[in-house]
Order: sequence, then C-alpha cells, then structure tokens
Amino acid sequence: MTEPNPTLDRALEQTPGHPTAPVVGGEEVIGGGDRMILADTADSLVYEHGLEIKARSQWAYARRRFIRHRLAMVSLVIVTFIFLVGAFAPHIAPYRYDQIDLNNILHPPTTQGHHYFGTDSIGRDYFSRVIYGIRTSETVGLFVAFLSTAIGLVVGAIAGYYGGWIDNLLMRITDLVLTLPALAILLTASALLGGGDKWRISLILVFFFWTTVARIARGQFLSLREKEYVEAAKAAGSGDTRIMFRHIIPNMMGPIVVTGTLAVASAILVEAALAFLGLGIKPPTPALGALVVEGQTNPQAWWLTVFPGLTLLIIVLCVNFVGDGLRDALDPQQRVRA
Amino acid sequence: MLTFIVRRVLYSIPVLIVSSFLIFTFVSLAGSPLAKLRANPQFSQVTLHHLEHQYHLDKPIPVRYAYWVEDVTLHKFGSSLLTQQPIWPDLKRVMAHTAQLIITSELLALILGCIVGIYSAIRQYSAFDYTFTSLSFLGFAMPTFWLALLLQILFVDIYLKWNVRIFYTSGLNNPGHGAWSIDRLQHLGLPIITLLIISFALYSRYMRASMLDVINMDYVRTARAKGVPEGKVIRRHVLRNALIPVVTVATLNFGALLSGAIITETVFSLDGMGYYFINKLNNLDLYAIMAWLLVTAVCVIVFNLIADIVYGYLDPRIRYD
Repeated sequence: MTEPNPTLDRALEQTPGHPTAPVVGGEEVIGGGDRMILADTADSLVYEHGLEIKARSQWAYARRRFIRHRLAMVSLVIVTFIFLVGAFAPHIAPYRYDQIDLNNILHPPTTQGHHYFGTDSIGRDYFSRVIYGIRTSETVGLFVAFLSTAIGLVVGAIAGYYGGWIDNLLMRITDLVLTLPALAILLTASALLGGGDKWRISLILVFFFWTTVARIARGQFLSLREKEYVEAAKAAGSGDTRIMFRHIIPNMMGPIVVTGTLAVASAILVEAALAFLGLGIKPPTPALGALVVEGQTNPQAWWLTVFPGLTLLIIVLCVNFVGDGLRDALDPQQRVRA
Repeated sequence: MLTFIVRRVLYSIPVLIVSSFLIFTFVSLAGSPLAKLRANPQFSQVTLHHLEHQYHLDKPIPVRYAYWVEDVTLHKFGSSLLTQQPIWPDLKRVMAHTAQLIITSELLALILGCIVGIYSAIRQYSAFDYTFTSLSFLGFAMPTFWLALLLQILFVDIYLKWNVRIFYTSGLNNPGHGAWSIDRLQHLGLPIITLLIISFALYSRYMRASMLDVINMDYVRTARAKGVPEGKVIRRHVLRNALIPVVTVATLNFGALLSGAIITETVFSLDGMGYYFINKLNNLDLYAIMAWLLVTAVCVIVFNLIADIVYGYLDPRIRYD
C-alpha cells in the first residue's frame, strides 16, 4: 500500500459521478472537460464572460429542496418552538411542576393565575406540568435518536464494509430482535431494570432502537462499497477508515438522517406508552404519558387527558413531517409517492 | 412448493430454540422470581433458601433453562412460583379473548384499508385521496393510549348525560353473557374501534403505495393498449399484484398483535393477553411472564412462517432463491 494521497483523494471527490461532487446550475456536469477545473479554486466560477454561476454542493441542494417543502418547514418551526419551550421550562412555567395548591383542585383551564391548562387533583398547575413533560420527552427522544443512530451507524458500517462473520452475527441478532414482541420485551426490561429513571429508560430504548439504523447502514455500505469511486480511492492508496468516513458515509447520510429523525418520534411515543403503563419514567419526574393517566383517574376533568395527549400528538406529527421532508430533500430517489 | 415449505419450517425451529433461550436468559438475568417474596417480611431466610433450592434457582442459567424447558413441554408451562397456580389455563383463556378482539378488528381494518387504498390510488391527488392521506398521518402519530382514553371518556360521558349505553367502557362482559352475545360485542366495541383506527392507517397507506407501484408497470400499459376495459385492468392486472405485499404485511402484523394489544387492553381492562401480561409484570410473576413471552414468540414465528408461505404461493419468484 502506498501512502494515502490527499490531493488525489480530493480530486476524486470532485469527479463527476461522485455523489459529493459539486453540481453546476442544477445539472451535473457530464463529460468533465474544461468546466471542471473550477472546484478547487472558489465557490463560484466564471465560464462565460459576465455570467457567474454559483457551484452548489449536494447539501446546498438538499437544503433548498427542504426549505421549499412547505409542510416540513412549518412542522420544523412548530417542533423547534415546542422543544425550546421544553428546554427553557424552568423560565417559562408559571409554577413548579410539583407545587401543590389544595385550594385549587381540578380547576378547568383559565387565564386566572396562569392556569392555562387547568389544575390536577391536588391543585398542581397543569400547564407547568405539561411543559416539564415536554422537557422529559424531548430529552429522551433526542438522546435515544442520537445514540442509537451513532451505534447503528458504526456497527452497520463495520458489518457492511467487512462482511464475513461480523455481518452474519449482526444480521442474526437483528433477525432475532424482530421475532421477539418488542413492546413486551421493552416493558419487561424497564420494569425489571429501569427503576423509573429517565436515563436508564433511555438506555434501554437505545438498546432496542440501534438495530434499525444498523440494518439500513449495512445495506447502504453493501451497495456503496462496490462503487467506482471507492475502487478509485483504494487504488489511490486510501486506507479503510478514510474510505469509510470520507467516501462512503457522506454519501449515505440521507437515509441515516431520515431514520434518525423518525427515531426521535418513535422514541417519544414509546417512552410515553411506557410511562402511561406505569413502567417507564416514574413520578415525580413529569412525563407526558404519565400525565395522561391522571386524566384516566379523573374522567370528568377533560383537560387532564386532552392537553398532554394533544402535545404528544403534535410533537410526533411534526417530527414525522420533518422526517418526510428530509427524505424528499436528501434522498429524492427514495421519495414515496405521497 | 413443498420443499419450500419444508425448508421454511425447518429454518424456524432453531429460531424458536434460540429465542426461547434468549427469553429465559434475559428474564432470569434481569430479575429474580423471588424478589417479591424477599420484600415480604413474612418469609424467613430459611424459607427463601428452601424455595431457591426447590426451584433450582441456585443453579447456573443453562441448567435452569433445561428445567424450565421440561416444565414448559411436559407440564404445560408449570405453575407460578408466587401464586402456585398453573399458568396454562389462564393463558388459554386470555388468548381466546385476544383472538376474538384481534381477528375482528384486523379483518375490518384490512377490508376498509384495502378499499380506501385502492380508491385513493385510482383517484390519486383527488380530494378523497388527500383526506385519507392526512387522516392516516394522524393515525400514525396518534398515541394509542390517548386515542383509547378519549373514546372511553366520550362514551362514559354519553352514558352519564343521556343514559344511553352504546358501548361499555371497561371489562369483558357482564356475568351470564357468553362469547358471542350482544353484551360481549358492546364490551369489545371500543377496543375494536381503537385498533381498527391504528391498523386502518397502516393498511390504507400500504395498499395505496402498492397499487401505485403496480399501476405504472409496463404490463398494465400493455393491457390498456390492447383494449382491456379499465375495470378489468384494475381487477385482473393491478389488484392481483398489488395485494401481494399487503397480504404479507397483514399476516406479520396479525402475528405481532396476537401478543395482545397491550395498551388498548389495559385501558379498557379487557381480560386478554396484554392485560394479563401487564398484571403479571406489576406482580413480578416471572414464570408467568416467561410463559407469556414464549407463547408470543411462537405466534410471531408461526405467522412469519405463514407470511413466507403465502408470499411464496402468491409470487412464485420467491420460491427459488
């Protein structure tokens, strides 16, 4: 093996056909020729006198496609807003989530005293409790999505790139995970090991979520490792790590980002279901799923059921729309005709 | 076809053995069957030691697994350590209830989902299509427990306000009514509707996507070009091929749901598999939980097998890989 040659490597990336190659004016330049000298020099190129065209990367195109996707953009704004409210919960909530006020039991929603979502059976302000519940949900959702994507990406990369026994083992493990009743196993795990703690529950969720990403990453690696530009990089003397991280992973980020985004939504939903069944995050930590239970014990107080559930529904719906928008933007070939 | 079936059946046997071992190892490592008794001051250390010995809990896991397999195969899952009751009669009862619930709701969801999916695909981008597309997005994002709870609250309110009993909101049936009585149906109504909404969202989307995949195929264009009437094109050429993936997904989903709609059954206190499981989990009755997990794993594996065979039957290309 010769030493890796960074200049050659970089030149390879700019080759037409390499998916991270810059794209000019919306169409990929085919045939190369004199227009292709551009890439190293600047962001913009002049190939005809007075006419300047900005060279955009694939990511810039994806960003443009995403911004034009109206539903996804609106959803992104809404979900960012909700998550920010959750993140700044201690500054926004008018009350502490565990502040009891026995003079104000089961009060319907009102602007008086800032009880926008009413109060529960021991007079705690429900608006504050829902906001803190969002905080819990978003922590769990983002943590689970990030960690399980990272683990799945690494495992899937190793299995897909090297193949052999690692690949076999991974596929058998994920096959087995699929034959087990997921929710039941999750419930058992969180009942016996979770102890109602936010981080332990998150780790249990990660343990079940990483396999999805791993399978997708493996599939991508299997097809991308046969591409000409990987062969060319090998011929240029690039090592395995360099090929994986510089040539393959950037070209498969589309599906991974989409799966990761959708994982946020499903982690939030699963966590809420666990909390609802009393086997997930336990009080005093407020969780949206556990808040809904208070609605079940007080069926005449509709606000106890409606607000936390509606918040959950809106978060999940918006995250799903963002995920769909990202799929359309990053991975136009994979677009489901919807 | 026969070799295909035999091969698939043989393949699922090691899967079953490995997953039963996994279930046992996982539950045994995660908790002790005696945990509940240890917390109870009535049981002395001596009694606990005695129980530990009697149930082979002092032995290594592979040995305990062998004892468990013996219990499962020869003694119909044995009996629970905590209650000393045999496990199988309870499990059989709740399975029957769950089967009744799941079969009804899944069949309804499949029929409705297919009709809506087909129509949405034929009239793509019509108002009908957009309405049901939005509704199915809502269905995907809907937390099941919240939907169930809203329905429950709604029908409790209807009963309290107008004194009309359309559906009961909890329980399986009133005493003295059988499995196919109107009373049972009134109890199953809300759980069926809950599951129906969730599964309908899935099936209608799936059917639509599958129809659209097929409708643009060359052979469909050929059929139209040679003058086959549109209705016949849809029925003969599109539908028959589009149904293949939907039938497969429905079979898989069915197997997974037989483990009980855990959440729905819990909300409506319906004496089915899911409700049983949650009760046992809250009591930390580990032998009952392991039996439940094993039965469920068997259901999933059997329905995976059926899905494979159905797929192989509908699409002959699959048989020769």
